[in-house]
Formats: sequence, structure tokens, C-alpha cells
Amino acid sequence: MLSDQDRIFTNLYGLHSPGLDAAKKRGAWDGTKFLLDMGRDWIIDEMKGSGLRGRGGAGFPTGLKWSFMPKKSDGRPHYLVVNADESEPGTCKDREIMRHDPHLLIEGCMLASFAMGAHACYVYLRGEYVAEKFALQKAVDEAYAARLVGQSNVHDYPFDIYVHHGAGAYICGEETALIESLEGKKGMPRLKPPFPANMGLYGCPTTVNNVESIAVAGTILRRGGAWFAGLGGKNNTGTKLFCVSGHVNKPCNVEEELGITFRELIDKHCGGMRGGWDNLLCSIPGGSSVPLVPAEQIIDAKMDFDTLRNLGSGLGTAAVIVLDKSTDIVGAIARISYFYKHESCGQCTPCREGTGWMWRVLTRMAAGRAQKREIDMLLEVTKQVEGHTICALGDAAAWPIQGLIRHYRSEIEKRIDQYSANPHSDAVPMAAE
Amino acid sequence: MANRRLAPAAEQPQSFAFSPENAEWARGQIEKYPEGRQASAVIPLLWKAQEQNGGWLPQKAIEAVADQLGMPHIRVLEVATFYTMFALEPVGRFWIQLCGTVPCDCCGAKELKAALQARLGAPGHVSADGNFSWLEVECLGACCNAPMVQINQDYYEDLTPESLNRLLDDLAAGRPVKVGSQVGRVSSEPKDAVNTLTDPTLFDGSRVGAWRKRFEATKADEAIKQDEAKSSEARAATEAKPARPQAGRPVEQGTADGPAQRVAAGETPLRESDRADASERGTSQAKTAAARPGDSPALDSPAERAAAGEPPAKTGTPDAKTGTPDAETRALAEDAALRTEPPQHPAAAGDDDAVPEAENPEARADAAGERPQGLTAARDDRPDDLTKIRGIGPVNQTRLNDLGIWHYDQIAAWSPREVAWVGAYLAFPGRIDRERWVSQAADLAGTKG
Repeated sequence: MLSDQDRIFTNLYGLHSPGLDAAKKRGAWDGTKFLLDMGRDWIIDEMKGSGLRGRGGAGFPTGLKWSFMPKKSDGRPHYLVVNADESEPGTCKDREIMRHDPHLLIEGCMLASFAMGAHACYVYLRGEYVAEKFALQKAVDEAYAARLVGQSNVHDYPFDIYVHHGAGAYICGEETALIESLEGKKGMPRLKPPFPANMGLYGCPTTVNNVESIAVAGTILRRGGAWFAGLGGKNNTGTKLFCVSGHVNKPCNVEEELGITFRELIDKHCGGMRGGWDNLLCSIPGGSSVPLVPAEQIIDAKMDFDTLRNLGSGLGTAAVIVLDKSTDIVGAIARISYFYKHESCGQCTPCREGTGWMWRVLTRMAAGRAQKREIDMLLEVTKQVEGHTICALGDAAAWPIQGLIRHYRSEIEKRIDQYSANPHSDAVPMAAE
Repeated sequence: MANRRLAPAAEQPQSFAFSPENAEWARGQIEKYPEGRQASAVIPLLWKAQEQNGGWLPQKAIEAVADQLGMPHIRVLEVATFYTMFALEPVGRFWIQLCGTVPCDCCGAKELKAALQARLGAPGHVSADGNFSWLEVECLGACCNAPMVQINQDYYEDLTPESLNRLLDDLAAGRPVKVGSQVGRVSSEPKDAVNTLTDPTLFDGSRVGAWRKRFEATKADEAIKQDEAKSSEARAATEAKPARPQAGRPVEQGTADGPAQRVAAGETPLRESDRADASERGTSQAKTAAARPGDSPALDSPAERAAAGEPPAKTGTPDAKTGTPDAETRALAEDAALRTEPPQHPAAAGDDDAVPEAENPEARADAAGERPQGLTAARDDRPDDLTKIRGIGPVNQTRLNDLGIWHYDQIAAWSPREVAWVGAYLAFPGRIDRERWVSQAADLAGTKG
């Protein structure tokens, strides 16, 4: 188990005050000026050296992303946008950072903005997080009052931070959709290139980072990239907030080292599996977008980017959804399909039409009202949606279904057999019905 | 996509205007954004309008916000109908949004849904007393506290049908309620079992500044380095500089770490396709460089041009001359880096076009099949024109000739194992079968004979 001394989010559970004084005692805003004086290149090098991979789901190296920003401004301002549109089903970590450790985030914003030559930062919260918005705004006001940020501040680097919020669209968690939304439009993803680092918010160089990636920056710079890189494994360094939900005895958020095994994570922190380990059916280890992994493969797997990718899934946001044997697994994946149908922005045809189609077929399959050959047809359609859309929502809608068919085809067939073994007055409908 | 319409005209109010304090608040919001970008404030303003109007957004409010921000009405209508948190029809005094996505769904949201259905009827309707309306919504992001509902602006977590009913009773009766977890958790900690973050030194300030030690150790070294740097600056000011052959051209190498640049720096790319690419490019560059001494080698990708300090041609940014091509380089590097992310799917590993690693083509081919018998020279010195076979070009004809393959009938006689050998030797396994060289050759051999 990770030692308390190596935890970054020391007020994760809100057992202490989120206010500035308490946050300073916990180590926030400690020597920020000193870190800024080390210079831009030093900050980026330390971040690269830490091996930190973006915590928003894609796992792109954060230091490298920062280094993509132009070194010198061409007259256009630079922007940092923090993605706090936390809507991936299963994920509830950024919420705790904004409610309980907001000063780590604000300090991280300042350091990241400095490293990228940005003087303004927008934090884009999801609209449902009203309490979190007020908590973060309160912390921002405290920081302004203490002249930690602002046009003239104790750090001699003019920096403004603004809290902005959306209105309930999952797609706005995609960086270009978030930028569109922040500009006051519908959240429809843009084609890349141009990449945001060149042409982002208001046509200016912009970097979009997840809350957790930014909030860890201060501690990494203080304790050194080498310290962070020493935790976890190669290419999967550092600590990570895991959000464990579903059929465990005590669901919770917890900060752990990357590479902790699934079994240890559940046993040490979540009070064990509901009904014992024999009752585990499968887990969705990285938020609803990643394919599920059946019990025998996940149970002793290391929870990190590469191990889970090799299991045909992914770490995503480390939102671990645990499902026991009471779960109607086909129905659960059908519910996930409904989510993507609901959240598709409607811009690309394969996703707009495909998500609804996949949901309808899967709903019939959950009840057994389908033909067995439709399983392959469904799989084929997921392959047609995957990779043929502007953003990754199409992929995210396809992967859970692919995972289901890969591991639980027999379950679907069993239901079809059970349904057709009994007399029914209605004809079994065909694919698109 | 959700299908969302404005409320019927009969329910729409005749006018809408922000109250004085909300108008003041709205001005504060608009100030957050740069000059001319006030459209950014559209979501916060619509939000406030909805709040002022009792939880739903009428058409007049949408138009009022559009007018205030100088946006066409249709743009704001688009926004209001796109984002699902804008309620376009009247809602109850307590607007209940039930999270129904999988983490909640598997922890009891179905039971909550049944309870709401039993108590309040179908979703989307205001109850007779005007107190409640409800809707199942998608993930609200409190998954460790599932199942949960949001009522107006507050989250109520860790619910059961009983505690939800009690909560609604309390709300209807105007009794105070507890926001957040309904089973006594503070937030998302494991209930009654917090075994982390218990070290008191984390919170009493005793660890503040401990990290500075690692800088003190290196400080002495740095002081020396700084002195050196200073002295070298001083030297540079007095010493004569050598003439710079590159004068006038930006010599700064892009720092972006793209495959093209790694190759330029003499590194071998990781991906096979890049490697093939790189070796070709390397030779072509060498040739051009030899042909035009002193001139810069021919560069064919924007990344390389940027790396060599040429301004990007297509973007036409005003600063192109002053030479910060980094942005474009980086964009490309980012693109490349994203593409080199390994595929998510193990299916990709079974790709039949993957060429096995080997030192030389013959060894590689021997692993794949059996070498076909060759002739030392063409019969009667009259080789067939193998390029008539679709898929064989002059280069492959030469390579086949080198193997002693000169005639159609030789190819027509290949066994499957021999096909595999040649495929591996020429480094395109599977293609011979796809393009049906053998039957093409048989046809050609027949017409010739």
C-alpha cells in the first residue's frame, strides 16, 4: 500500500478544511515562486521526467503536451483550459479535488500556465457540479485575496483563473468540443489538425488538461520528477486516483500507486468484494468506454495503462466498475449503449445512427429476442463505427460491445435459446427494429 | 442524441428580463472573457435565466440572452436545445434527476426508479401539487456514492427507496434535509473504514518545506555553473565570433520529437513503416545533397521543413518570417505521437500483413516457405516480360530474375509453400495470392505457348 507520505491529495475525503490556511499547512502554495524562478524549461523537463501520463483517459504524456505549445508568442495569447467536465461513467475523482483540495488545482494551473506562457486559464466544470463550482470559486477568490494569483501577485507572473461551467453534455469532455462549448457554441468536436496547441480557444494556442494532471503538478515539481517516476512501474509511473464503484463492500475513491493489483485495491481499500472473490463476474476497469475484463483475467492484473491494454481493455480514467454474478451483463452493456446514444453529439453519421442502432439491437439481445447471426452483424457494425468519427465517442460506444461479445457471446446465445424455446406470439424482429 | 423541443406556446411566458441583481451578475460573467468573445458567457447566462424562471427555460429568455450577447437567436436556441441541463418545459418545485447509468444502475438505481414511478408517475410530468417532477439522466459523476439523485442543485447520495421517499416527504413538508450522503459518509471515503491519510504530520504543517533539501544539495553545483556561464558570456562579448555560414536563416532545430526529426538525428524509428520510410528518405536526401552541394537537402514533409527552419507555407501566419515554426511542427509531432500509440485491440496483433523481423530477406523467406527452383539464365536468352502480370513492376521483375525466375510457366508452377517463400522474400506476404500471380502466369504461359 502506498504510504501516506507519498500521497498527493491529502484531503481527498474532505475530513479537513479546504480553505487556504489549511491547504498551506498541507503543502499547497509552498515555494511556488521558487519553482517559477527555476524557469519554464526546468518545469517542462521535470514533468517529462516524472513520466506523468494524462489522467483524463487517453494517457498522453503531460510534459510532452506542454512542450507542444509555441515557445514564443506570435502576438496571440496562450490559454490553459482545465477539463473538469468529468462525465465518464464511473469517474468521480475530479469532484473531490475541486471540493476538498482546490488549492492544489489552482497552484497547478499557475505552474502549468507559466510553463506554457499562458496568462489566463479557464476551468471548465460540468454543469451538474454546482457545489463543486462554488467550492472552487471560493478557493479562487481566496487566492486572489491573498494575491497568489491575479494581475499583480506575489509570484510576479500575471495570471488570471476563471471558473466556467457547461450544461450537461458528456461530449464536452472531448478537448475540441470543450473549446467549442467554451466559445459559446454547441459542443461538437473539431477536426484535427489544426491541433489546439496551434489553434485552440479563440483561435489561440491552447492546452487542455485534466484536473488531476494539473493538480499533481505542484507536488511533482516540489518533490521532483524522479520521486514521481519512482512510484509505479516503467511507463506507468506515479500515483493515481482510483474510483471504485459497483459491487464492492465499501465503494470509495482512493489514491494508489499505478500497478497495484486489482485484488489488493479491492481488499485493502474497498472492504473486499461483495460476497467474496468467487462472486466476481467482471470489471470495467477504466470508465464505461473501455471493454470489460472477466474475473479470471482482472483479478490479479496490475492496474496500469499497459497491463490493461494488453488485456484488451484500458486504464482510462481509472474508474473501476466492479460487477458481481448477480449482474445482468448484457443488460448492463445495453445500458452503456444507451448512454452513448444519448450523448452522441450528432455530428458524424456513423456515431449518430450507429449508437442508436447498437442500443436497440443490444436491448433485444438482453431479452433474447434476436437471431444468433445478429451477434456477428452487431460486431461488424461496431467495427464500422469505430475509427470512422471525428472524435473518440464512436470508439467509446463500440468498445464495450466488442468486449461483451468477446467474453460473453455464450451468454447472449443462451438468452436467445431460452427465448426461442418458449412460445411467443410476436415474430422475432430483425436487426434495425 | 436527445430529441428536445421548446415548450408549447400556451405555456410560454410573454416576456423575460433579468432581475436587477441577475443583470449585474450577468455583466460580471461577460467580463471573464476577452473583448468580443462575450458569446462564451451564453451557458452561464442561460443557466441564470433558467434559475430565475423557476427551473425551466422559456423561449423569451433564450431570445433575451441572445440579444444581450449580440448573438443570432438561432445560435442560442441551438445551445439551449443541445445541452440537456436546460429544461425546456416547466418542472416541479423540486426537479429530481435520477442517475441511471451503469455504476448507479447496478447498485440500486432501478429500485429508485420504480419508487419514483410509483410515487410521481411517468417521468417528465409535474406532480399535481406542483412539487415534483423527475427524469432519468446520464452519469452525474458521484459513482462511489451510488445510487444518487440530484434535486435542483444538490446531490443526495447513497440512497435506498425508503430514504428517497423520506427525503421527498421532508422536502415537500419544508423540513430541513441533509445534502450529500444519506448514510453518514462525509464524501467518497470507504464507510467507517478510512485507513489512509491518517498520518497527522500531513496536516499540521510540519512537512512544509521539507522538499527544499533536494535543491540545497545541488545549489552549490549550480552556483559554480552560473559563474561559468557568466564568464563565458563575458568571453563571448570580447572574443571574435566565427563567420556564420547560416547567417540570416533560423538555425534553431524544432524541439518537437517527431519521427522525421528523430531520423534526422540518426535514430532508428520504432515502427516498421517509419523505418522503411526513413531509409528511403535518407538515401534520397543523401543523393540530392550530393547533387547540389551546399544547398539544403530536399525536404518533403512539413515537419522536416519546419525542423529545417523554413516557415510553414500553408498557415500563412503573420509571423512566418520571424521563424517560430514550432507550432506546426508540434502539431505534427503530436499527431505522429498519437498515431504511434499502440492499438487498443489485440485483434491488430493477428494482422496477416505483419512482416516478421529477420536479418535478411532470404532468412525471413526461409522461415515462411520453400525456395522455388530457379534457372541460371533465361531459356534461349529470351525472358518473358513478367511485368505483364498485374502486381509485378520493373523492380520486382529484377528481383525475381535474380532468383532465377524468368518465365511465366515457372511462376505458374509455384506451390503454396513457394508462394509463401517469394512473398516473404519480396516483403509483401499475402499479396501474391490476392493478386493471383500464379493463375495470371498460367494464363500468360498458355497464350504464349
